[in-house]
Amino acid sequence: MKIQEIFGMSLSSLAVNKLRSILTMSGITIGVFSVIGVMTTVSALRGSIESGLNILGSNAFQFQKFPSGFSSGGENRRKYQLRRNITLEQGQRYQRLMEGIAEVVSLELYDFTPAQAVYQNRKTTPDQTFGGGNQHYLAANQYAIETGRNFTEGDVELARPLCVIGQGVAKKLFPAETPIGKTIKVRGRAYMVIGLLAERGTSFGQSQDDIIIVPVSRFQMEFGNERQSLNIATQALSQEVYNETIDKAITAMRIARGLKPEDENDFELFSNESLIASFAKVADAVAAGSFVISGIALLAAGVGIMNIMLVSVTERTKEIGIRKSIGARKISILTQFLIEAVAISLAGGLVGILLGVAAGNGLAVWMKASIIFPWLWAAIGLLVCSGIGVGFGFYPAWKAASLDPIEALRYE
Amino acid sequence: MIEIEGVTKLYKMGSETIHALLGVALKIHRNEYLAIMGPSGSGKSTLMNMLGCLDTPTAGRYEFNGKHVAAMSDDELAEIRNREIGFVFQTFNLLPRSTALSNVELPLIYAGFSAQDRRARAIEALENVGLGNRMTHKPNELSGGQRQRVAIARALVNRPSIILADEPTGNLDSRTGVEIMELFEQLYDQGNTIIVVTHEEDIARHARRIVRLRDGLIESDRPAD
Ligand SMILES: Nc1ncnc2c1ncn2[C@@H]1O[C@H](COP(=O)(O)OP(=O)(O)O)[C@@H](O)[C@H]1O
Ligand SMILES: [Mg+2]
Repeated sequence: MKIQEIFGMSLSSLAVNKLRSILTMSGITIGVFSVIGVMTTVSALRGSIESGLNILGSNAFQFQKFPSGFSSGGENRRKYQLRRNITLEQGQRYQRLMEGIAEVVSLELYDFTPAQAVYQNRKTTPDQTFGGGNQHYLAANQYAIETGRNFTEGDVELARPLCVIGQGVAKKLFPAETPIGKTIKVRGRAYMVIGLLAERGTSFGQSQDDIIIVPVSRFQMEFGNERQSLNIATQALSQEVYNETIDKAITAMRIARGLKPEDENDFELFSNESLIASFAKVADAVAAGSFVISGIALLAAGVGIMNIMLVSVTERTKEIGIRKSIGARKISILTQFLIEAVAISLAGGLVGILLGVAAGNGLAVWMKASIIFPWLWAAIGLLVCSGIGVGFGFYPAWKAASLDPIEALRYE
Repeated sequence: MIEIEGVTKLYKMGSETIHALLGVALKIHRNEYLAIMGPSGSGKSTLMNMLGCLDTPTAGRYEFNGKHVAAMSDDELAEIRNREIGFVFQTFNLLPRSTALSNVELPLIYAGFSAQDRRARAIEALENVGLGNRMTHKPNELSGGQRQRVAIARALVNRPSIILADEPTGNLDSRTGVEIMELFEQLYDQGNTIIVVTHEEDIARHARRIVRLRDGLIESDRPAD
């Protein structure tokens, strides 16, 4: 007898118990959904990050006291906390040492508490990024001036009360006038707006346009405290001299920090590569976690399928007896029930893949990554679902196929 | 075509052993019309299931068309049930959710016929039993007599060498029962081999030979008057 005939029988008996089939399916759907969703997001982010989402800008690297948020925490946290802060003076020394080696050396201070900007009776929301930078801040952070001007070396040296603002701030405070030349207040201090930044949009769920930057020296003067540590972003002149520049920069940093030859580096270096690597590490951990969770969900779903199939075999004992009495072979009955189990599992898997891809891409798009379809993971998902169907469907199907025809016929 | 000898069937129920058949010998030839009679519990169904290769004897010899049934595998038995035997049950045993046509097609599916041949043959078989206009009905949309006709069409559709009917009229009123027996008469006239189990003398009278069972033994075996 032909396989497509058995297929028809299997599918029509699933249709009889639609609700039950769907409920059994949903276990598989949940398991597949979680792993496909996570893998879609992770792959989309990885793809975007690796193909040019230059977090630091091209040929750039950064020094700071703490390692990136990706890998901080745990045992090492104390070690980093005990480190001396990077001071503005050390940053300026580093900048002088790097003269002629790198032109863009951006010295940045933040105190990680968001701020609110006020102009006359208008206010921004209290979640603006607020920090200090020098004349290289914009270049190092991929901002461009739309109107007005950037800080000059003199503005930074003299710690002038000036600021550049993002589009988000401008829209709130200056809906109908130019911000240039106006004085705004942030945390009770007055700054004259000298530059308006071009729009940047959102990245990783955060607006890049809600930002106020003042000269780093001014920031230190007005808000400096012992918890602040300078970030230093440096841009090499070209790709060719990038590695060489990093070597020189580390030496300059050591001198600026006053380290002795035997001392370890007491600062962290980031490059795009190291950020990608640490992202990959987190991504792998998340993926591993989602594998474990889906594994458990799929195992439970498999047991669910087995349970439903056993119930189904018992309920359909008479049907099996009838089929056997008119000449169904063991293998025909076995295949019929196996296909039912696989069909439930595959249908559940398919729905899980579609939902997972949709949700994963939704999350990826929200984080400014581009849409992908994870073919490999989808294929693996379907394969695993078939495996679950066969694995957990086999025992019930075998039980059905092995029923004694007379006993089965007599069953009411 | 059928030859059994010393066929015994024991059922174990708890600590008791029930002797359903106690050494039965029987020869059935092509184009015979045989009735098996006997009181309830005398072993008629047990014998019938054995002849129909649904069950195997505890001891004894069974030859079907010269082949030893006892030595056959489950799949070989399935094949005989499919190709050589048409079984008609007292309770019809139709698939409740399938149409008359699908029910009749089922043996042909297991025999590996193409969809086209299947359809044509099933339609022919249903027309033969006078149900040409009820093919798309499901069992619960048919009367008892019509259900039994569907079951007979299903038994006939793969052109078996023998038709076995275990109390085919047991669940029918007497008028419908007579109609079914007339159908068997026709099938017999067309050259089919038929064995009918019954405990009603009226029904048995249609057969050409009557075998009487009592307590698992053949009591008598003679032509019908
Ligand atoms: N599966 C079984 N288990 C135990 N005893 C059975 C089984 N099938 C039949 N018997 C017993 O075997 C005897 C013959 O039964 P059966 O062949 O059904 O009789 P009949 O069809 O003549 O009424 C009865 O005593 C019955 O109780
Ligand atoms: Mg009986």
